[in-house]
Amino acid sequence: MFDLTGKTALVTGASGGIGAEIARVLHGAGARVALSGTRLEPLEALAAELGERAHVLACNLSDAGEVEGLVKRAVEAMGSVDVLVNNAGITRDGLMMRMSDDDWQSVVDVNLTATFRLCRAALRGMMKARWGRIVNISSVVGTTGNAGQVNYAASKAGMVGMSKSLAAEVASRGLTVNCVAPGFIETAMTEKLTEAQRGAILGGVPAGRMGTPAEIAAAVLYLASPEAGYVTGAVLHVNGGMAMI
Amino acid sequence: MSDIADRVKKIVVEHLGVEEDKVTETASFIDDLGADSLDTVELVMAFEEEFGIEIPDDAAETIQTFGDAVKFITEAA
Repeated sequence: MFDLTGKTALVTGASGGIGAEIARVLHGAGARVALSGTRLEPLEALAAELGERAHVLACNLSDAGEVEGLVKRAVEAMGSVDVLVNNAGITRDGLMMRMSDDDWQSVVDVNLTATFRLCRAALRGMMKARWGRIVNISSVVGTTGNAGQVNYAASKAGMVGMSKSLAAEVASRGLTVNCVAPGFIETAMTEKLTEAQRGAILGGVPAGRMGTPAEIAAAVLYLASPEAGYVTGAVLHVNGGMAMI
Repeated sequence: MSDIADRVKKIVVEHLGVEEDKVTETASFIDDLGADSLDTVELVMAFEEEFGIEIPDDAAETIQTFGDAVKFITEAA
């Protein structure tokens, strides 16, 4: 089950904890993977770890030109992009009263606008192939909101609305578009939290622990698989029960 | 029939899976050839690729029939 042999996958944010694990799992299922991110060193290290069927494509997602070119480079490297995982994301937290336009815009640009551009660029090949999987990594806060994250939460909620709309547009062509919405996952992003913050968060998680990148990657693998062909426009929440939605 | 018309017809036949003789001058992609809105977008993109031209959205909207497509592409190519 969940065999991606012969498929190609482009994963953004593959230098981060969740993105790297997604790439590992898709690769482990047999896919050829393109690893995209801003930091070359961890990408090269991951590619070396994976061995064959792994390509490194550095890309700054806040640069519109680079984003437009990324799918093209992935197709040149792998022959196609059958699976697109928009995982890259940034935070610029702060209360709205004190949030600058720049903090708002940079988060929306990378998390939402780059996702839009990558989806659009990848669609053409998927439409022709009559098969495609887009998995956008949203967040629980896109549904619940979170004080201090108006920009991040808005961008993640935006991904959900965009994914559902696109899912409706392309469903008849064998393409699915879904979101995975992680709760609190052990990554560099959540390592910045203080012990007190951590304790307060875990108090609201029935599972009583943070999730792991592997638990997100497993959800992505399912949605990328041929078996999930009838699942589209869905948001798969992986959050230990912190929001049952 | 011109070379352009032949190439356009080939794309339409392949993409929409219709009989060649159904693709007449006045055949409407949507009403006569069974295309949906996504098909029309894909056809326009296929024409752009085949002929190396750009078909802006407002022009694409005017391309309703096989004859419209051939006429537009003949003028643009």
